[in-house]
Amino acid sequence: MHQITPLDHTHYDEMLAGGQNIRPSYQRFASWLDQALPAWLHHKQAEADTLFRKIGITFAVYGDESGSERLIPFDTIPRIISATEWKTLEAGCIQRVTALNRFLHDIYHGQDILKAGIIPPEQILTNAGYQLAMQGIDLPRQVYAHIAGVDIIRHNDGGFYVLEDNLRTPSGVSYMLENRKMMMRLFPELFASHDITPVEHYPDLLLDTLRSVAPAEVDKPTVVVLTPGQYNSAYFEHAFLASQMGVELVEGQDLFVKNGHVYMRTTAGPQRVDVIYRRIDDAFLDPLAFHAGSMLGVPGLMSVYREGRVTVCNAVGTGVADDKSIYPYVPDMIRFYLGEEPILHNVPTWQLRKPEDLAYVLDHLPELVVKEVHGAGGYGMLVGPAASQTEIEAYRLRILADPANFIAQPTLSLSTCPTFVDAGIAPRHIDLRPFVLSGKKVQLVAGGLTRVALREGSLVVNSSQGGGTKDTWILKEDITC
Amino acid sequence: MLSRMAGCLYWMARNMERAENTARLLDVSLQMSLLHATSQDDLLVPLDVTGSTTDFLRHHHTPTPQAVLHYLALDSENPGSIYNCMRNARENAHVVRVKITAEMWEQVNGTWLEMREWQRRGLDTGSASSFLEWVRERSHLFRGAGYGTMLRNDTFHFSRLGTFIERADNTARILNVKTKQISDNEPVAENILDYYQWAALLRSVSGFEAYRDIYRDSITPEQVAELLILRQDMPRSLRACFGEINKVLARIEGQSGRAARRLASEIQARLTYSSIEDIFADGLQQTLDSLIDDINRLGSTIHHSYLETA
Repeated sequence: MHQITPLDHTHYDEMLAGGQNIRPSYQRFASWLDQALPAWLHHKQAEADTLFRKIGITFAVYGDESGSERLIPFDTIPRIISATEWKTLEAGCIQRVTALNRFLHDIYHGQDILKAGIIPPEQILTNAGYQLAMQGIDLPRQVYAHIAGVDIIRHNDGGFYVLEDNLRTPSGVSYMLENRKMMMRLFPELFASHDITPVEHYPDLLLDTLRSVAPAEVDKPTVVVLTPGQYNSAYFEHAFLASQMGVELVEGQDLFVKNGHVYMRTTAGPQRVDVIYRRIDDAFLDPLAFHAGSMLGVPGLMSVYREGRVTVCNAVGTGVADDKSIYPYVPDMIRFYLGEEPILHNVPTWQLRKPEDLAYVLDHLPELVVKEVHGAGGYGMLVGPAASQTEIEAYRLRILADPANFIAQPTLSLSTCPTFVDAGIAPRHIDLRPFVLSGKKVQLVAGGLTRVALREGSLVVNSSQGGGTKDTWILKEDITC
Repeated sequence: MLSRMAGCLYWMARNMERAENTARLLDVSLQMSLLHATSQDDLLVPLDVTGSTTDFLRHHHTPTPQAVLHYLALDSENPGSIYNCMRNARENAHVVRVKITAEMWEQVNGTWLEMREWQRRGLDTGSASSFLEWVRERSHLFRGAGYGTMLRNDTFHFSRLGTFIERADNTARILNVKTKQISDNEPVAENILDYYQWAALLRSVSGFEAYRDIYRDSITPEQVAELLILRQDMPRSLRACFGEINKVLARIEGQSGRAARRLASEIQARLTYSSIEDIFADGLQQTLDSLIDDINRLGSTIHHSYLETA
């Protein structure tokens, strides 16, 4: 297990080294910022808010009765990553997602990794994300996670660590694209003075990826985006991606199964569908196969899928690989399938199903972050250093009730990046989610979604928990000073 | 195109057009009610045209200008209020924002955000006309943004279809209600009230100048009816609306629309080859009643042909 320097309250700042020296990647930006009047910058920040609201880039927050639609706060100070750093991140992401796809294929076929004793079989076979229905099904190009979002943080040792892999329906790529558009609109001069790698072609790459995994006999595949509907928190993104790819955005009610194929209802009659980029969970895909009460899915879809006459992206059953209880094994997967050493490190993780890990974690709750194995979106986690004694004790009882449902990690010192706050500009914690596409090949656009925890000291970057976003710049060449 | 999407485009446009028509009706009625404050008839006209008189009277004892204004403009409980039309237009647009142009979406969404402001501030008879003018302007902007930026494909066609079905329906209804109202008046020679009624009707469809321009004559029921039913060059007339409806239906892709095309062509043929004398010989009231039925039938046929396909 890779050792992380303990939290020492001196965070790695993306712009300032040692709290004062500007890092090379930020040199040009910093001198631009020096020239800019605070009032003008605030005006620009307000302009961005107005524009986002006007374009309607909003998201729905679960359990929020009053404001069913909110803006994700956008911060105008970019997160800048050097060319050298990106090379490592890119190679690391490709390596990781390649191994995860190999793992998924293996799990649903020969299960070599279980036979080799690298992962205990019960960890997989009793996992809620494991879909027995996928056993022995051959998928085009053996790809399961066509779109993967890898959450990466930078610790105060300056190194990058993977926090989690999102292999089901990772979201946020629309913000990567809209944030870039917004920055180019607000600050064109910055793009003239920086050589920033473009991200705008992501929808083309996505469409190529989806087409490349269509059922083999199809010549010109019809691709659709399947959304749960406009009340879903990520509906904006579903609509955005469908529009950018020039494909239909469908709901379950728009699709039906007939004569062993999937069709959509159109004004000109039924039209065959070959690839479904679905943004709904496995459990809702097909009421005949999973939740009988689901109104979101398409009755009979799974039988067509199993016969290979439609491709579902991401594949059914990828959840078994992005589960937090499987995460600790990813470095071993990389060694097992690729014979390589992991380029990106995992965060050390205690698995509370192991008695010795459980004992350690219960003794150190105030220092640790504890998460539910199947949790997502920052819901239901304990951030030890930020929690009260009462919260910690309440959480302790939850852990004891079902230890296997939890993992724990050290409280990581997420790096900080200068961010606009009410009082001016202050450091706030950030993470990074690049989006990895797997089809004919494994690739990613140079960029990703940088999320920022806007509350002072907060480490939770999720948009549902008060997080915002920033544009992410990957420099084409390192700036040397 | 997906049937569901086509439905949203169609209803987005219908709702925006309905908001505009309601605003036009309200504007004229409020002005008319100032002319002879003792009568409530003019205030009932927009309620009758939108088919909401019963619902209104359930909540309000008397149709005061303030009550009618609030009910038709801002009332979130009234499904046909301008407020709700704009909300429906925005919700439908939200579903099809992948289809419509960014400018169109920004326009619909911006309209809705401003509408909420109007509702929050409230309206009185003093601020009514600037609000109603705003509604008309936003509707013009909606059509203009669509006409000026949309690719001429089914997205455009279904949106146009909604606009013109709604407009035809509105013109037929307003003519129908006014005809009834005027025939109920005491048959006095050269009834000065009638003049104002017909003039108000013309103004509510932006037809006053057109009438003067074409007929250069005092206002007669025959000529008003001709202008609003049969004139091809009058953009809110039934014939002009059906000209657009037929054009659009012919351009929608696929073969599923035969029944709708046939019905629309039949109506169009009747409007093209009738004279105003024929219509008055059959009875204006009867003609309008049967036209309103036809438009409703065409609406259901469009639903059946395109929007609810299996």
